[in-house]
Order: sequence, then structure tokens, then C-alpha cells
Amino acid sequence: MDKTLLKTFIIGIFLGVAAGAAGLYFTPLVEQARERSIVDVTPNGGNKEVFHANIPDDRILIGAADQLPAVPLGLDWPSDEMFASTRTELFKIRNAEDLVVGVASRIAATSEDGGIIEWTLHLPARGSVYLLMQPALSEDSFRLGSLRAGSREFSGWVGSVAERWLAGAGGAESALAGRIELTTRFVAVAKDES
Amino acid sequence: MIKYIGALVGGLLLGVLLIVTVVFYNPMLQTNNLSPLAVSDNEVMHLSYSVAAQDALVYTNDGESQVSPNPPKVLQLWEPTVRGTTASVNVLADSRGRAAGIGVKFSSHSKDSSALDGKALVNSVWHIYLPQRGSIFVEQSENYWSYIQDIVFPAYRSSGDNWRGTWLSNITDGPGALGTALVAGGSGEFAGVDSVAVEALSAKAYSVDLGPVAMTGELSIELPPALAAPTPDEQVSQGQ
Repeated sequence: MDKTLLKTFIIGIFLGVAAGAAGLYFTPLVEQARERSIVDVTPNGGNKEVFHANIPDDRILIGAADQLPAVPLGLDWPSDEMFASTRTELFKIRNAEDLVVGVASRIAATSEDGGIIEWTLHLPARGSVYLLMQPALSEDSFRLGSLRAGSREFSGWVGSVAERWLAGAGGAESALAGRIELTTRFVAVAKDES
Repeated sequence: MIKYIGALVGGLLLGVLLIVTVVFYNPMLQTNNLSPLAVSDNEVMHLSYSVAAQDALVYTNDGESQVSPNPPKVLQLWEPTVRGTTASVNVLADSRGRAAGIGVKFSSHSKDSSALDGKALVNSVWHIYLPQRGSIFVEQSENYWSYIQDIVFPAYRSSGDNWRGTWLSNITDGPGALGTALVAGGSGEFAGVDSVAVEALSAKAYSVDLGPVAMTGELSIELPPALAAPTPDEQVSQGQ
């Protein structure tokens, strides 16, 4: 057996292990596309961002007992009475440049002790926010709410949100077409490191 | 000279194969069957659902993935920013198997995934509404490495392109201490509550063509003492 040949082979194994480890370390398993964040910094108001969903194009689901026609087509929403006063919707969410940046759920429900309206916005490259809205509209037709919790980029943030319906926005011709606009104002809270 | 180059290249290939095998079958990584909530003194609420896309009320992704959207005509998430995202809506069942509410789950591949660390991570959030009780938000990072190792890879290796067996593991990997998910209560009896949760998968069948076929997910949410249902003794003392 040629000892030099054996040494070359063993050196090759070590080099292969090193190259493989380096390849696994430096090659990302996931490439996450991200659109730039379009943020306005408002005086004493935190970071303001405007998101919207174009209706009907960005609507993924209307989950409600009496919804006709079904959205999406073929949806078999449970007819159980416990869901009768609940409306669950899913949307694609766009930024101010009309580019899709995430998905969102909106759950509305009525009960004996009032109602709830909530949003969860999931922006894959950034994080998610959980927004609690006041059921009643303000005088200028906004529905106001607050940030209850956030993940990743939004973790530990506080802030407010305003929702409004803009009929006919987006250029669609249908009478039911328009845009749901969400304006968020968030600010990061300094963590106490004492 | 040629034989030395051949030996070096052969060694290189064997080395790469070795490191890939060691990383994939990393003996330091084990299926996590023990829930961190198992040692909790507080009551734990269990909500379960079928992971199979055909059992979801709505399941959508980029439309080109292994698992097909359901219903077929649902809007697909094909834009670059959401291409690695799935959205599903399920009826959640309580521990007795009765419908308890609606759960919306958004999941996205995480760029923190790392083969060397044995992390195939997914960032996910749950938006849950339980009629007559209230709403909950759950944020977590899930690690599917052992799922790929124990179920997906064997299914691809199988001549029938499927896997059958019994497999149970916690998939929650953070962001909370002890690898728990973070819970924020929104309304009703959960209003203002901050807690922790763990999601586990119980698999029985997986198909290369369809993805999960017989698989149940269970979300276990720790309830603060004030929210736990009173014991029979407490009910008597409260005159109920």
C-alpha cells in the first residue's frame, strides 16, 4: 500500500469535512424576501406605517355562517351554532407601495357582554402583531385599537392602530370593492436592564 | 500523479458525505417528548386540530409546494415576501374532542434555520377565538428537524413514498424560556393574560405526494390560577 496515497486520501477526508461544514454554515437554508419598510417617524407618536388590503383581490377567506357566495369557492364553513356570531377573515396585506408584505386575520364576534374585533398581522420577514380594536367607530369613521402583543421585530413594542374602510379605493369598479386601511403607530419600549 | 488527485477527490467526497450524515443524524439531537408544561402546577388547556390540509377549513400556500391548497380555488400566496408562508384555519377541539373554537395559524420559514445546529425553524403565530370564552394570540418558533429526520426523510426513502408509524414530539422551540411559546390573551376571560404554551405533533401517516395524512397537532396553553376551572371542592365552598 502506497503510504503517500493513503495520506492524500485521509487529507482529502479532512478537507471534505471542513468544506462540508463550511458549506452548511455559510449556505442559508432559507432566503426570506423582504420589501423595504416604509416608516414615518411622527413627533412623539412612534413609527407610523400604513398597510392595506385591496378588496376583493386580497381577500383569502370570509368565514361566516351566512356568507354567500362562499369565499373561497368550495369553503365548507361549520354551521355549528357556536360559530354563528363569529366572522373570521383572512387577507393579504400590502404596504404603501401596494406590494404584498404579509398576511392578516381579522376576527369579529358578538356576544352578550359586547363584541370583539381583532387583527393579527403576520409579516414573514419582520414579525407579527396582535391588535385589539374597539368595536365602535369613531366620529370620523375610524376604528381605533391598540397593540396587544408583537413578535420578533415588534416584540416589546406598544402603540395604537386605526382601521378604516375606503370604498372604491384601488380603482375596482364593484360597489363592494375598496380598501381596508390599517395605520399603525408603534414605539419600542426601553427594557429595564437594572 | 493522477492516482493522488483521485485519492484526494475521493477523500473530499467521503468527507463531505461524512459531515452531511453526522449533521443529519446528529446523535445530540433527540425527539422532544417531554412538555415543559408537564411540571407546571397550573391548569393547562389543550386544543387539538388535524394537521392534514384536507381537514382544514382553509389551507393556502404558494400553490407549488408539496401540500395542495384547500379548497383548491383559495387565493394562493405566490408573492416573493409570502412565498414561504402558509395560512390555515381550523376548528379547534377541546380535550374531550368537542369543537371549542376557531384557530388561524400563519407559519413562515425562518432565516435562523441552520443545518449545523439541527434547526429547521418556522416562525408561526396562532390567532384563536373560543366563543363564550375569549381570544388568544400565540407566537412561537417551531423546530421541524426531528420531524424531517423521523418522518419526511424515511417517507422519501420508502418504496411506497409514504411513512406510517407512531411519532410524538413537541415542535415549539421558543421564544420563551424552556422552549415555550408566548401567549397573550385578548378578550373575554383571557383579557390581559400573559402565559406560555407548547405545541406538539402526533403523527401516524405521511405521504410524499400529500404531506401529512394522519397527523394531529395539540396546543397546550398554561392558564394562570385565576382562570383555571374550580375544583369540585372549590365549587362546593363557593355554593355552586
